[in-house]
Amino acid sequence: MKRITLFSLFIFVGSMMIFSGCSNKTNKSGKLKINGAGATFPYVIYSKWFDVYHQKTGIEFNYQSIGSGGGVRQVIAGTVDFGASDAPMKDSEIKQVKDKLGKDILHIPTVMGAVVLAYNLKSVGKGLKLTPSVLSDIFLGKIKKWNDKRIKSINKDKNLPNENIIVAHRSDGSGTTNIFTDYLSKVSKEWKEKVGTGKAVSWPAGLGGKGNEGVAGLVKQTDRTIGYVELAYAVQNNLNYAILQNKAGYFVDASFNSVSAAAEGSLATLPEDLRVSITNADGKDSYPISGFTWLLVYSKIDNKQKKDAIVNFLNWALTDGEKYAESLYYAPLPKKVVELCKAKVKLIK
Amino acid sequence: MIKLFSKKKETKTEKNFYSKTLVISERHLGDYIFQNITRLFAFFVFGLIVLIFLEMFIESLPSINKFGLSFITSSHWDPVKDKYGALPFIFGTLYSSLLALIIALPLSIGVAVFLTEVAPDWLEQPISLLVELLAAIPSIVYGLFGIFVLAPFLRIVVEPFLKTHFGFLPFFKGDMFGFGMLAAALILSIMIIPIITSISRDVMKAIPDSLREGAYALGATKWETIKIVLISARSGILGATLLGFGRAIGETMAVTMVIGNKPEISFSLFDAGHTMASVLANEFTEAASDLYISSLIEIGLLLFVITIVINSIARVVVNRVTKKYGKIN
Amino acid sequence: MKINNKQGWRKRKSNIAVFLAVLSAVLVLIPLFLILFYTVQKGISSINWDFFTQMPKPVGETGGGMANALVGSGILILIGSVMGIPVGVMSGIYLSEQNKGIMPHAIRFLVEVLNGVPSIVIGIIAYITFVIPMKSFSALSGGFALGVIMIPLITRTTEEMVRLVPSTVREASLGLGIPKWKTTLFVILPAAMKGLFTGIILSIARAAGETAPLLFTALGNRFWSTNLNEPISSITVFIYDYAKAPFDDWNRQAWAASLVLIVLVTTLNIIFRFVSRKRK
Repeated sequence: MKRITLFSLFIFVGSMMIFSGCSNKTNKSGKLKINGAGATFPYVIYSKWFDVYHQKTGIEFNYQSIGSGGGVRQVIAGTVDFGASDAPMKDSEIKQVKDKLGKDILHIPTVMGAVVLAYNLKSVGKGLKLTPSVLSDIFLGKIKKWNDKRIKSINKDKNLPNENIIVAHRSDGSGTTNIFTDYLSKVSKEWKEKVGTGKAVSWPAGLGGKGNEGVAGLVKQTDRTIGYVELAYAVQNNLNYAILQNKAGYFVDASFNSVSAAAEGSLATLPEDLRVSITNADGKDSYPISGFTWLLVYSKIDNKQKKDAIVNFLNWALTDGEKYAESLYYAPLPKKVVELCKAKVKLIK
Repeated sequence: MIKLFSKKKETKTEKNFYSKTLVISERHLGDYIFQNITRLFAFFVFGLIVLIFLEMFIESLPSINKFGLSFITSSHWDPVKDKYGALPFIFGTLYSSLLALIIALPLSIGVAVFLTEVAPDWLEQPISLLVELLAAIPSIVYGLFGIFVLAPFLRIVVEPFLKTHFGFLPFFKGDMFGFGMLAAALILSIMIIPIITSISRDVMKAIPDSLREGAYALGATKWETIKIVLISARSGILGATLLGFGRAIGETMAVTMVIGNKPEISFSLFDAGHTMASVLANEFTEAASDLYISSLIEIGLLLFVITIVINSIARVVVNRVTKKYGKIN
Repeated sequence: MKINNKQGWRKRKSNIAVFLAVLSAVLVLIPLFLILFYTVQKGISSINWDFFTQMPKPVGETGGGMANALVGSGILILIGSVMGIPVGVMSGIYLSEQNKGIMPHAIRFLVEVLNGVPSIVIGIIAYITFVIPMKSFSALSGGFALGVIMIPLITRTTEEMVRLVPSTVREASLGLGIPKWKTTLFVILPAAMKGLFTGIILSIARAAGETAPLLFTALGNRFWSTNLNEPISSITVFIYDYAKAPFDDWNRQAWAASLVLIVLVTTLNIIFRFVSRKRK
């Protein structure tokens, strides 16, 4: 009796093991498939790049924009071939990859972008001006109404409604949030103490949307809303975005010029691993909430086909890919940074 | 093995009648194997549930060890500082489901009464079918409807109306986004109405007509008869309600698309909230630290346990009614 | 006089109650029609042959389709069925035949419990069991999650349908000397086949509409994929991604995909009803 039961059990378990053992990643179809996941910030340009590259070489880069937090997490878990994040990985996170997978992580900047404050105010239209302290207090929930004295004083010519401000932020782990909160922490001591910098923070006020798309969607659909999104998303959706006062005191609009200006300021102090923040940069033309976005690549890739594909793609992106940046409202990398990136790409084994 | 073979020889020579055949075929090798195969598969289901519980429990241990009971009592959910308290999600789940139930229950009973006591036979079938069609709509479609149709409607028409006329109540305070607890409760209620309705309808149908005829014979009006039927069916309706509640608690997609995704505790229907299921949908792929993932899985574990408890109670209640009146659903 | 008033009042209460019942039915059906109406209205203009045969286009470019999502959902449901149907049918047979001891009752109870487990929890389990060890998101893990979701429905239907086969059939078969297991497999099961079929149809309809468990198992894929070890697209996740996006063109496609999904699920449900009614 027992023997028969055991025998059938063995067959059952055996077949399950064989079944799951078919998890070889050898691709039989011939078309190389590479999986990546991460930031929504650069999704607009990445989807363009991967599409163009696919038509050029036939290699499929399947990129899922699940947020920078997701990109980092999946890179640590080893479930993707590469990740993407606008928040550089923390030392502890890099250590996790080393411990779990025995590999290092290379941060390769791809483009730069601007985090803009998109808003939906029918009575105001374009050109809302905001200063660092007003902006931080809106997001801290201290300034509640659009026609608050402090907003009015910098926007004397605008017809601000007597309505509550609806704040939109990210509900997921976001590099865009990281860039934004990094900026807020620099310009507001209260923000730094109360909330801090991070991919996901404990927001004092507002509604959460998933991904840059989610926040852009919230702003688009709801009057009186203000939210932070990457420039490309604001433009794609015809959203007005605020003109911010930068560190030097000038009101600057977000554009690839003002973002490039922000990057110029930090070129001198660029760290070796290319993990750097360029928010609140010096310089009168700098847009204050600018940031790099990185591809997170393993230093050692076991599958030779995949390694070659990734290396070739990166080299293509850093030269030809950058040409697409401006038309999609991202800023191309400064030449010096491109050289440093290419040197990093050579390190991939 | 030898023993079995010898038994087989015996059965071949003893081909006989009714009871003997049954007794012997039970020892037949083929029967034996088949019986155990089916048993194996059935135990697979058993094993699956145990697996679900164990896997989630093991993965939640880091979080359980670190936070203990404060996980359920603290409302501080902070991924930056790696501190997690799940109270806002537990509140959001229970509050949204309860609201959904309050909206759905009277309507469901009304429809059940309509189907069993009021509608003529030719109308009952198609209307029943339509109600069940409501159950077949995937939750993502409900979510889509919620984002683009319901939320704007609430924001522009309903919430201002509620605020003007009932704004003194704590339920209608705060800013009006359209998204939020009210939207979630409404969508949930639409989703659970079919469940409550169909089971209540079946229970009420199972109540013998003699009860109704007796009431009419005594001069009762339609409503008074209906009341009597409802009272007889009350435990079945209770079971149906619990099942609907269980469904509302576990609903993910439709809720996460309209609730606003804010881990906050507020009784105002206008405010955004978060539920256990929706926080999992939002944050699971991104939790970077091990403690974060562990906390999320602990929320999954809590959700699992709560739904099991509610669904078990519901099934017990419904089964008791089944025993009383015959097979239902 | 007094008696008349009271009777009139009772009658009026009854009429009000009947009215409320009718009103409930109307109110409940309004959302159904609204959802169907909006889905058709917003989605129908995007339904064309291209939509079914083309791949998604990158952000900013109009057009494109959901071909990979259709295939993806098909593959996921197939994997789910391969897993769920045998387990469900066998468990159903077990429950219909065994009644000794506590085990059958416990298992029946647990099957109902499994039915009520939120699908996102099942997604978490699939993630822990498949995605992490395999180090990859995969169609396999998504299919597994769907299979688990399909099991309770199939088990329950199988048990009911097998029980419904008249005992005379079983007795006749046994009386002819056919062993019990052959009776079950080759006589009773075919007799219950139509009912089983309806259960399978229903569970496929349910699996087709699931989104949450696929979010972190099958993930999603912008390209055509039939590889079980790779992420794969699906109709439901397609709708989710495109609905959240602020791009109008994507929202339009989300509605169109919803229309496709609703037509699919409704058709399956109608087939189910048609077949099960014929039996009665």
